[in-house]
Amino acid sequence: MIEWFTSLDPNTQTAFWIILIGAMTNTACALLGCYLVLRRMSMLGDALSHAVLPGLVVAFVLTGSLGIYTMFIGALAAGILTAVLVHWLHRGGGVPEDASMGVVFTALFALGVVLIKRYASAVDLDIDCVFSGVLDMVDLNTVRIGGFDVPRALVSIGPVLALNVLVILLFWKELLLSSFDSGLATAMGFKAGFFHYLLMVLVAMTTVASFEQVGSILVVAMLIAPGATAHLLTDKLGRMMGIAAGLAVASAVLGHFAAVYLNVNTAGMMAVVVGLFYLAAVLLAPRYGVLSALVRNLQMSVRVVREDLLGMLYRLEELGVERRLGRGEAIEAVGRGPLARLALRGLLRRGDVKREGHLLELTDRGREQATGLVRAHRLWEAYLVEHLGLPPDHVHEPAMRTEHYLGAALQERVAAEVADAETDPHGREIPS
Amino acid sequence: MTYPTLIVLVGTTLLGSTAGVLGSFAVLRRRALVGDLLSHAALPGLCLAFLVLGRSFSGMVAGALLAGLVAIGLMTLVCRFTRTKEDAALGIVLSTFFAAGVVLLSVIQKQTGGGSRAGLESYIFGQAAGMNLRDVWMIAGLSLASLVMVLLLYKELKLLSFDPGFARAQGWPTFLLDMTIMGTLCVVTVVGLPAVGILMVALLIIPAATARFWTERLSLMLVLAAMVGGMAGAVGTLLSAGLLQEWIGFDPLAFGDRTKNLPTGPLIVLCATAVFLASLLFAPRRGIVARAAAGLRLRAKTAREHLLRTLFELSEPHLPERPVVTLEQLLAQRAWSRAWARWLVWWGQRRGSVERAGGGVRLTEAGLGRATKLVRAHRLWELFLIRGANIAPDHVHRDADAIEHLLTPELVAELEAQLEPAAVAELPGGVPESPHEISPHNTSPHDEERPA
Repeated sequence: MIEWFTSLDPNTQTAFWIILIGAMTNTACALLGCYLVLRRMSMLGDALSHAVLPGLVVAFVLTGSLGIYTMFIGALAAGILTAVLVHWLHRGGGVPEDASMGVVFTALFALGVVLIKRYASAVDLDIDCVFSGVLDMVDLNTVRIGGFDVPRALVSIGPVLALNVLVILLFWKELLLSSFDSGLATAMGFKAGFFHYLLMVLVAMTTVASFEQVGSILVVAMLIAPGATAHLLTDKLGRMMGIAAGLAVASAVLGHFAAVYLNVNTAGMMAVVVGLFYLAAVLLAPRYGVLSALVRNLQMSVRVVREDLLGMLYRLEELGVERRLGRGEAIEAVGRGPLARLALRGLLRRGDVKREGHLLELTDRGREQATGLVRAHRLWEAYLVEHLGLPPDHVHEPAMRTEHYLGAALQERVAAEVADAETDPHGREIPS
Repeated sequence: MTYPTLIVLVGTTLLGSTAGVLGSFAVLRRRALVGDLLSHAALPGLCLAFLVLGRSFSGMVAGALLAGLVAIGLMTLVCRFTRTKEDAALGIVLSTFFAAGVVLLSVIQKQTGGGSRAGLESYIFGQAAGMNLRDVWMIAGLSLASLVMVLLLYKELKLLSFDPGFARAQGWPTFLLDMTIMGTLCVVTVVGLPAVGILMVALLIIPAATARFWTERLSLMLVLAAMVGGMAGAVGTLLSAGLLQEWIGFDPLAFGDRTKNLPTGPLIVLCATAVFLASLLFAPRRGIVARAAAGLRLRAKTAREHLLRTLFELSEPHLPERPVVTLEQLLAQRAWSRAWARWLVWWGQRRGSVERAGGGVRLTEAGLGRATKLVRAHRLWELFLIRGANIAPDHVHRDADAIEHLLTPELVAELEAQLEPAAVAELPGGVPESPHEISPHNTSPHDEERPA
């Protein structure tokens, strides 16, 4: 296995490591991100990624080393400090939550910059790498594990990912409850505050472990976008996490290939890809997507117009006159426009209405449906007059709207409620 | 002071005060982090303008402005039409736009052969020293324009900031007003970016949050925010130029020779933060010290009054005599420690309401007067709860115990008027009888609290 891998083309090896590290980082972030999105704390990742800067500098000044563990501990301390300060400023200082976040992270970031200039200006702390990461060169910095060179990033992100998964599995129901209803969680004896800070610590650790390699911008994107995308696609937390993890991996793969193809920054491209995933979900998500909602509304409108047409043809027949409507007249009568045309075309296609010459005639199937609609309409009119005391000349409008939603079962219940289920308030027969 | 420094000084001061005024609306509207969104989202606009138009100043400003407006528009649309909440929408738009900027920047770097590698760094940190006269004129014009806008729309913006629902119900175009504010914020952020960098967001939030500690009036808040912002801009610039250190004769940051390298943006932010911290601690009503002191005062008053009422209740059978009450009797009534009770007595002595006599304590004349008033308020409230709110007599003590300290003489008079005169028994000072048995088991958990 190892021999096979090392015998591969170096470019393929690099691609493998970039995608693996990217996918692991993204997944670690995306899992926690689901909770952040649900708890409306999405911007915390952004705040943390700015605020760890003074932690890095202080750790360096105190120990004089740029080693991974020193940096990790310094940044982690700064991250936890940020979370605590934001919470405390909001609760104890009475500052609105978003403003307290803004105050804390900008102040810490500014402090970090000044500290760098003061104490560490000799150190080459490449700001470019902090923000956009060195994912492209991830396999240049390796450690030897079991006689095999693996990127150092794997050693930092691997355990963090494992820890995240472990904590989520261990505290599944506590985190679930405290995310959706922290009041109930507290009332049931779970320490909602403890889980808040547990989550904060995990986010801080993940942010710190990730961003040396992939850059803070990818971390911020991955903490929010996969969770928010999954939230548009499902209502179950378990499924939401699965989808978010899948999106995280997919954006690592697609982002890498897009970056290679376009010859641009990899981490940035991964973040752009996950942003596009979100955009796609906003438009196309089956239940919560904008376009799907639009289509649903359109279908509903067409159905209403269709049923209005059927009702009209039925009433014409009921009058017992010879006159029938032509196509143009019918469309005119239900408000013209593309909706009316679509509705009539639908009726003809379904075989509810047929053409007799250039006039429209109900088929048996259409008549049956129309009977149900008119029955619903008149029953509702009777109900409104009898139980709400509306005058008979005020009940047609509400019945026009309600008839489309009154199914057979509801019709029976309404019929049982009215004294006379044979005649409507206008003296017309209620068909059955 | 050299001429370039003066230019930068004027520029940052104006920028700080304008950002303070506009940021106040963002903070009050709970949109404080929109500045964060703007300062990140401008990057792809800058890069695109650079790629298309080359190194043109006005082109890059236009690009950044356009990107910022698009970002705000997208965020608003997402919030309006999907189930994604405001914070997540903001974060997604921010990170996607910034990532797109990073991607475009890598394109630029390849085109220019790595020549503008410093691009991102100067974008993030800003370079106030690069400010020239034209920039200052632009900032001045912008400040004037936003001042005029705030003055013209003052009434509308005020209503929008404190009660957007009401503003909508009154028929104000809230969406348009919101967009006006956000658009102006966008312009200020973009203009401030070259000088202060990504920390522009801090100039929008910190002065506004600072001013909020000092006042409940929008007009005063705007003035204070402008002052804090302007002051931070000025002091930060002077510090970064090393001038302040020269004037005061020592270097508060202990920077030694490296003063000239100090980045202006972060220093401005730290100055604003210092004022913020001072306000957080010492602001008269909302500051932490003031609030802690008010809390302590209330707790002290509560404890004092509990001593008076307990003494009254123990003396009640013998009134108008003022019998001596032993410490043991007191402790049996209250969940007090011996030391705490002694201290309360000592304190009562100092205030002249309690005196020591024959191995115990008793109320003084003045103390009896105070205690009578207090017990009266307590029992009237109990009676009111029993009659008015139909609560069982053994359930009213706890509530009255908490509220007795807050009932003003006017409220007591009103309570009296509400209750039948017969209920107010003919005891000394018109104290009605306790509607429930007085026993230590009836005392409330409030007694267990004492000042830390």
